[in-house]
Amino acid sequence: MKQFIAFVKKEFYHIWRDKQTLLILFGMPIAQIMIFGFALTNEVKNAKIAILNPSKDIASATLTQRIDASRYFDVLKNLQSQSQIEAAFQEGKIKLAVIFPQDFNASLLHNNTATIQFIADASDPNIATTLTSYASAIVQDYQEEMKGANTLPYTIQTDTRMLYNPQLKGAYNFVPGVMAMILLLVCTLMTSIAIVREKERGTMEILLASPLQPIVVILAKAIPYLVLSMVNIASILLLSVFVLELPIEGSLPLLIGESILFTITSLSLGLLISSITASQQVAMMISLVGMFLPTLMFSGFMFPIESMPVPLQVISNIVPAKWYFYIVKAVMIKGLGIGAIWKETLILSGMTVFLLGLSIKKYKIRLA
Amino acid sequence: MPSVVVENISKSFTAEKKKVLALGDISFDVAKGALFGVIGPDGAGKTTLFRILTTLILADKGKVEIDGFDVVKEYKDIRKRIGYMPGKFSLYQDLTVEENLEFFATIFNTTIKENYSLIKEIYQQIEPFKDRRAGKLSGGMKQKLALSCALIHRPSILFLDEPTTGVDAVSRKEFWHMLKQLQKEGITILVSTPYMDEAALCDTVALIQNGKFLSIDTPEGTVSLFKKPLWAVKSDNMYKLQQDLKQFEGMASIYPFGEYYHLSLNRDSILQEDISAYLTSKVHQGLEINPIKAGIEDVFMELMKSTDD
Repeated sequence: MKQFIAFVKKEFYHIWRDKQTLLILFGMPIAQIMIFGFALTNEVKNAKIAILNPSKDIASATLTQRIDASRYFDVLKNLQSQSQIEAAFQEGKIKLAVIFPQDFNASLLHNNTATIQFIADASDPNIATTLTSYASAIVQDYQEEMKGANTLPYTIQTDTRMLYNPQLKGAYNFVPGVMAMILLLVCTLMTSIAIVREKERGTMEILLASPLQPIVVILAKAIPYLVLSMVNIASILLLSVFVLELPIEGSLPLLIGESILFTITSLSLGLLISSITASQQVAMMISLVGMFLPTLMFSGFMFPIESMPVPLQVISNIVPAKWYFYIVKAVMIKGLGIGAIWKETLILSGMTVFLLGLSIKKYKIRLA
Repeated sequence: MPSVVVENISKSFTAEKKKVLALGDISFDVAKGALFGVIGPDGAGKTTLFRILTTLILADKGKVEIDGFDVVKEYKDIRKRIGYMPGKFSLYQDLTVEENLEFFATIFNTTIKENYSLIKEIYQQIEPFKDRRAGKLSGGMKQKLALSCALIHRPSILFLDEPTTGVDAVSRKEFWHMLKQLQKEGITILVSTPYMDEAALCDTVALIQNGKFLSIDTPEGTVSLFKKPLWAVKSDNMYKLQQDLKQFEGMASIYPFGEYYHLSLNRDSILQEDISAYLTSKVHQGLEINPIKAGIEDVFMELMKSTDD
């Protein structure tokens, strides 16, 4: 036990005295939350658009005004002719063009029908779809107002409610994602580097020639990073609650417990990587390429797993972060209890036991 | 019972798809309390041998016992009782002197206090810098710290792999003095070195080359292996001297040694005057020709030559 405490103490010295790494470790979660929270977002705001309005009547003017007034759009220019549309898109400044026909109002009043054309830059299909649907909604609203008392014989009203996230904030999705990424990065990457460094610097030679048990070395390496991760989890949660105003709906102890479980999973992975590599660079490459990318791709954080081809969906099952991501969303955002996530918890626990067992078994008791 | 028993060990590595023999069929014993030196040039197999003895790697063949324990099956018992100082400085550079020592004391289940008497003489020299990070120490101080750490648990056998490589002459001398003191405490010491002059300080010397022991003997015994007459020769034109001596009738070998050439002869009957007359006839200026006693290095050159043939 004394050996264990001395070893943990030594690990803390290493971490504490490497100021640059320390700064990255504690700065990264804060930076990521801030970046995802305020800079990187897939919400559409103030998209630049152009208007072509040859009719210049009351209906088209009102619509133009409403579109411009909404927070989604910003009218950049008024076009004079059809021929300018293409040019405006080619300049790359506008995402959407709204084209009114000649005599828009007259046609609406006399024929009961009029057409507005939306032309969107679909080089980014998601943004194009979002913008046209926002614009359609504005037109729809205007139409409802116009018809006033003259109700149409048959109408179907849609009533949409956005569950768990009524304001459609991106934070609801990325906070769990960032938590998974940070834990993986700190635990897997830093732990694998920490052990490989002992090999590279030759200190492993002395440790091996000592009576230290492998289990003591492995656990003592893991504990400091477990503590660091808890600090990071705390800072992510504090930031998301107080800065991004994202409430924790479910039980906090459950969320922390699940986080500790995932931390241990990541640590076991890091230990496994370190026991099969001989240099810090290789360990880093495997951690980043082998773990970080799959986490980004297959956790459901960036891309929905449901829309992937079946083989990739199957592969996503072996990515631990996928299960953690699901658990965090369930507990933190939907406010569900252990009853709803016991299966995922069991899968993560199984992975942890398997990885930890394998890394202890793979720990080399000799140099070669 | 000897401290170390090595029977017919061999070890080879695969490098660039070729099998390279690192150790070939080595056997030796080290008596309890002895100071045993393994001497040979870089790449001779010293580190491989030490790693096998310290249970860090396994030999392909053969048997090794340390204090009666087998290196393969009973490695855990061995690791409790040996002290090992690798060739490369292998302490934690970002820990202070004292933290390093304390760490190694604890992992060997002891305390600095308990065995302070053993390391006192060595550690006292670096104690004024105990709050300094190990990475910031000078070469000689690093070596003293490494030795203190290897000794802190009072090992019964101490393995030192090239402890004096890259250390200045004064520190080297001090270091050997420390080893002699440790020997008096009853610790068996195995030390490897590429410096031939350090051989004389050991009880037993093993000369190693290309993974094979050329000889195992006391320093005196090793030196006495050199039977031929030996001369140190010097002139103003050393390059020409070498060329001319190679042509000298009766020459057995010639190799540079400091500022001299060491010339060994295959007959006792050749006199100093004969060499002198020959070289004067080759118009050499500033000639110096002295009879000398062979040292370990001369023996090494001789043995190497005979195994090459």
